[in-house]
Amino acid sequence: MSRKLILWLPFALMAALFGAFYLGLRNPDDHVIASKMVGQQLPEFAAGPAFAQQPGAASTDFRDGKPRLLNIFASWCVPCVAEIPMLMELKASGAEVVGIAVHDNSDDLARFLATNGNPYSRIGMDQDGKAQIAFGSAGVPETFVVDGAGKIIYQHIGIVTEADKAKLLVMLGIGQ
Amino acid sequence: MIAEAGMAALWLAATMALLQLALGALAVGRNQPALGRAVAPVAVAQAALVSLAFACLIAVFMRSDMSVLLVAANSHSAKPMIYKISGTWGNHEGSMLLWVTILGLAGATIALFERKLREDTRLATLAAQAAIALGFYVFLLFASNPFTRITGVLEGAGLNPLLQDPGLAFHPPTLYAGYVGMSAAFSFAIGALITRDVGPEFARAMRPWILGAWILLTIGITAGSYWAYYTLGWGGWWFWDPVENASLMPWLAATALLHSVTVLATRGGLRTWTIMLAVLAFSMSMVGTFLVRSGILTSVHSFAVDPRRGLFILILLAIYITGALALFALRARTIAEGTRFELVSREAALVINNLILTVILVVVLAGTLYPLILEAMGGGKISVGAPYFNSVAGPLALALLVLLGAGPLLRWRSDRPRAVIDRMAPALFAGAAMLLLVAAFGGSIGVLPLLGLVVAAIVAAASVAPLWKRDLKRAPLFTWGMVLAHLGCAVSIAGMACDAAFTKENMVSIAANETRDVGPFAVTLLGVRERPGPNYQILEAVLSVSKGGTGAPFEMTPQLHAFTQPQMTTNQAAIETFWNGQLYLTLGENSAGNKFLLRMWWKPFVMLIWLGGMMIALGGMLSLLGRVKRDVWDNRWPWPWPRIDTDKPA
Repeated sequence: MSRKLILWLPFALMAALFGAFYLGLRNPDDHVIASKMVGQQLPEFAAGPAFAQQPGAASTDFRDGKPRLLNIFASWCVPCVAEIPMLMELKASGAEVVGIAVHDNSDDLARFLATNGNPYSRIGMDQDGKAQIAFGSAGVPETFVVDGAGKIIYQHIGIVTEADKAKLLVMLGIGQ
Repeated sequence: MIAEAGMAALWLAATMALLQLALGALAVGRNQPALGRAVAPVAVAQAALVSLAFACLIAVFMRSDMSVLLVAANSHSAKPMIYKISGTWGNHEGSMLLWVTILGLAGATIALFERKLREDTRLATLAAQAAIALGFYVFLLFASNPFTRITGVLEGAGLNPLLQDPGLAFHPPTLYAGYVGMSAAFSFAIGALITRDVGPEFARAMRPWILGAWILLTIGITAGSYWAYYTLGWGGWWFWDPVENASLMPWLAATALLHSVTVLATRGGLRTWTIMLAVLAFSMSMVGTFLVRSGILTSVHSFAVDPRRGLFILILLAIYITGALALFALRARTIAEGTRFELVSREAALVINNLILTVILVVVLAGTLYPLILEAMGGGKISVGAPYFNSVAGPLALALLVLLGAGPLLRWRSDRPRAVIDRMAPALFAGAAMLLLVAAFGGSIGVLPLLGLVVAAIVAAASVAPLWKRDLKRAPLFTWGMVLAHLGCAVSIAGMACDAAFTKENMVSIAANETRDVGPFAVTLLGVRERPGPNYQILEAVLSVSKGGTGAPFEMTPQLHAFTQPQMTTNQAAIETFWNGQLYLTLGENSAGNKFLLRMWWKPFVMLIWLGGMMIALGGMLSLLGRVKRDVWDNRWPWPWPRIDTDKPA
């Protein structure tokens, strides 16, 4: 390489760096961690009932041919409160919502449901967060769509809103 | 009113920067020495005005003036005064204003005190300094105004509790002064490229400025490392966080520059390389600023920002850095070749030093940016952590250190390998002694820490060798400075190796009146109590600690601080320092029932890391003092104002 080219090398390297920075700026750092389990069979789990009035949840509940929503939530999670009315609407439209309460306790959970409403058909208590980790979920609230064969087909991170309703119902085979 | 005054001062400072640039460019380009005489006073006026703007911003923070958006978004009236003041730069806009204030002050310092440089080069340097400042003024005024008013806010949102620490009062200003002080070397290089003035005289003029910025950078990094150590509560002292790397990279470039400029000043060699490093050092500072302030990376150091601001800073950077490097590529061929030297010589050692430092710089840069680049190309999210950096940069740093021991014992131009080995003999004995010592008492430790300890012993012995058999009273101050700084490297490496090799850790869940051990200490939980702090609630564990289970017990109280505005909990580690190490305890959450999590570390000789860092900085100061003393003595020029040499070619 000639000396002339070598002298342009720092320029070329820096210009390339700025190109990379520009691309980096266009995809700002976010905190969404997608689950690697999407497209795979729901991992084996059995979360005991949160309290006497309602059954717990297990992977075996998801193989009867009916698609369901699997909602990861907690009574200590403020966005989960905001999400409940939308889950109630989904329930009214015919969706079945299975809840997994993470790092929670029965008393707080009962109070949470009494105040905000209870859209869940079953609630599994995931005291140590092991089931949540198995699903590849990194936070609350998150909602998975599980098809009738027990396969995770979709992960929704954050609050379920009006805008997500139609899409979720289609995936559940209820809407069109 | 104060905010408006600050705004006016900022506009005026920007105007002064434009004037400084125009006057300097005309004086040099059109050969108008009369215009050149106005450049220095304008540079001083610019610095005074931007300082006034910054003072106004501090004033609105001190008064908790919630009608200023920045104060409302980042301060809180219940905050202690010191954090109201330091909160001025604990946010995006304020920290950018601090940045440009230091830039202005650096320009004024050059205008006032630089008198070795050829007049036309000095003017070109000041014009370059003004050009950089101008871009950042435009950024502040149009994209990041710190003085914007709002109405209807009664109380502020508060300062990130992690930043509510005395460290914030000193760490950012020191680090920034070092970062931005490097702008002097950058502007010098641009000036010299424009006026084709790259030579030993120029290098001697530039050296004190590099040294000054390098000292501040060293202090900033050392203090930042200690701050992270005691405030984050993980017991670590360096996390390879992108922003730490952003401060390390300019330091590496500046360290290389400091050594190559010595070759240029003393022997007239390494001309092109020195200029390239001078451009690179400040470029790395600016890239660091960009990484921290653009929102491209998230870390403890970043503030939430608007991505358009990131683009603005990126464009500024691209203009300055690629512009400077293009000028370098065009003009470097016209730089006269320097004096030649042999393979075994001090010059050659310094060249290898430079190469290793540059490779470490590239390793750190690659590790920092790889996740970013991979994600930009759609390759998913990864993170590059300590294992990569330690295993790649660690051996390189050790090789560099061995060279650091040998370098000062080599003669300039050429030397005999045999003679060098003779001079290194005592140092090699020290290394062998350390090896035996560790083998006898150290137990089984990793290869890298073992090498670290041995190399530290070699370097410690070799670094004092230049003073050996010398009349100590007559040894110049800068020789003392070099010896102290090199010794500091050995001390720091010894501390890092001890921390890596001998740290004892124990993480326990403990109830009242239970006792757990860590290293030679027995720790008993007496109880946990809650009490209010100034703007947070304190949860405090009272622990009774005794050495060997029999020593006199003493109390340690690690705390959790629960802030309400914004809601966040921070960890206040309890650290007890002994002559041979530190006991470091942090309190975790209530784990179950009446049990609490407690993390305990016994870290032998960990303080050496920061002691070494301070020795390096102090060595730099002695060296700077020695240079300045010699210059003043040579010149016998009593005023801090440059002589105007009209007879020199402009």
